[in-house]
Amino acid sequence: MADSALRARTVTRAEVEDFLFHEAALLDEWRLEEWLGVLTEDATYLVPPNDKPDADHRDTLFTIADDIKRLRERVIRITDPNCHAEHPPSRTRRLIGNVRILGAEDDLVTVTANFACWRYRRFERMREYVGTYRFVLRRTAEGLRLKERRVILDAQELGALGSISFIL
Amino acid sequence: MDSRLPRKPGYIVDDPANKRFLLNREVLVSPEILDHEQRAIFARSWIYVGHGSELKQPGDFVTRRVAGRPVILCRDSDGNIRCHLNTCRHRGAVVCRERSGNTRRFNCIYHGWSYHNDGRLAAVPGADAYAPSFDKNQWGLTPPPRFEAYRDFWFLNLDRAAQPLVDYLGRATDYIDLVIDQSPSGRMEIIAGTQEYDIAANWKLMVENSVDDYHLPTTHSTWLNYMKNSGVDVRPSKEAGMLLPTKGLAIDLGSGNFTTDNVNFRGRPVAKWIPIYGEDAKSEIDAIRAELVARLGPERAARVADTNRNLVIFPNLVINDGSSVTVRTFFPVGPAKMQVTAWALGPAEESAGARARRLDAFLTFYGPGGFATPDDIEALELVQQGLANWQEVPWSEMSRGMGKDSDFLNSDEHHLRIFWRHWNKLMEGA
Repeated sequence: MADSALRARTVTRAEVEDFLFHEAALLDEWRLEEWLGVLTEDATYLVPPNDKPDADHRDTLFTIADDIKRLRERVIRITDPNCHAEHPPSRTRRLIGNVRILGAEDDLVTVTANFACWRYRRFERMREYVGTYRFVLRRTAEGLRLKERRVILDAQELGALGSISFIL
Repeated sequence: MDSRLPRKPGYIVDDPANKRFLLNREVLVSPEILDHEQRAIFARSWIYVGHGSELKQPGDFVTRRVAGRPVILCRDSDGNIRCHLNTCRHRGAVVCRERSGNTRRFNCIYHGWSYHNDGRLAAVPGADAYAPSFDKNQWGLTPPPRFEAYRDFWFLNLDRAAQPLVDYLGRATDYIDLVIDQSPSGRMEIIAGTQEYDIAANWKLMVENSVDDYHLPTTHSTWLNYMKNSGVDVRPSKEAGMLLPTKGLAIDLGSGNFTTDNVNFRGRPVAKWIPIYGEDAKSEIDAIRAELVARLGPERAARVADTNRNLVIFPNLVINDGSSVTVRTFFPVGPAKMQVTAWALGPAEESAGARARRLDAFLTFYGPGGFATPDDIEALELVQQGLANWQEVPWSEMSRGMGKDSDFLNSDEHHLRIFWRHWNKLMEGA
């Protein structure tokens, strides 16, 4: 068995699931300041374009490619009542399943999970975002922290999903 | 009822003497008017299909819908760019289903007719069952009635009698040239990654929104805050009538085409540094600018690098040359719904670092996850919701800046009126 797989054993799937479920609750409940607290100081948030789900944001136009600085600005923006796309805030609910630990190296653990996220706004269509989360987690003394948050949508195009103005 | 309004309402009230311009809101909600637009606008105008850079090798193709028509845009084995209406000449099925790829032939899965990538019919299974009068040469894939390019931007026209594309573009070609001059080799390319999203609003609201700088301070205050937090000066100019830090104009280019032409304050990958790019980007931005000056001279270089331009090619192509370069097109799929496609455009030879910076800059404002576009989408959808009152509240007020004797500003509605006048002319059959 590879060293990385052995090291991965030091984090259990139950621990990863606890982390993912907690993160989902923070997002669905709009506790975004707390949510920033579960990110590492070098965290990134990436939503690849629907037609290039495996691409690199440095040479491909993504839907979202935030470093930690812009992520903090994004939270400022979407909690501002003048962020019209999210005022009043969308109601979202996400279900997470099929959680797997893909590998580990040093203090980093790569995990993947399937998700469905429903988004509701008054007088607007219901929107159903379905895809996989592919996260790189860092083990710290305070517990798991999120270093890379990649959200890969299954839809062939955003189409009726419209914008992604909330944290998906 | 306002007694000055016409008894039988037209689409617009254009009343320069009284500095009054009104838009009949029915044009944004009516299925009958949309049907008429399909004939009077989309079947007669030059409609953007794609860019030559999307087809790098012979045999490369992309498929998309243009004016409701499924089309194949491809580079044939001899290197010629072609457009085929994506329908089998036999019984009608689309002959190419992939989004993009490379092929020598397009094969119909129904009865197996196959076509060379230049459109010629290659093979028909069981050809011996056809009479000798059946001439394979007559049954190739059909091109649109007209298909022409200006500097690798390819357009189709469903009207065989349409004026040549270059005449239709008219003075808009100057503004396309300004975009292309950013590339040392004159080669701009579409970058991988497509943003495709729907807006529950009439397509013409997107034309207005793409060039309307009046809405920027209110709709996009959170973007302005982000710019400010990142060290960009966004305080409005003290000059009369101005809402933004620098002066911008609205310019009529003829044939329903128009542009904004703004002094840049928000940074440009080519070539105006802002703090968001990071200190280590300064030297490369300086080098990009020095190349521009050496190649174009200081005046033209400043024209390219210090102005932002949102260009509309009537009816539905928008090229925004600002924080980044976006190419955006959109089609109605009902009076209250449009499908938007947006790409990023960049110099073919730019460095990996400059390319990454360009894409990052794109996302600071544009796209369905950007810091501004989602609020535009919200604004347009709120307009469409409000328009359900069109019978009781039938007119929109669009006179801002009308009748002034100085330049029209980007925050006036002069350029919006240019669009509506041209649209009205075509719809009235003039």
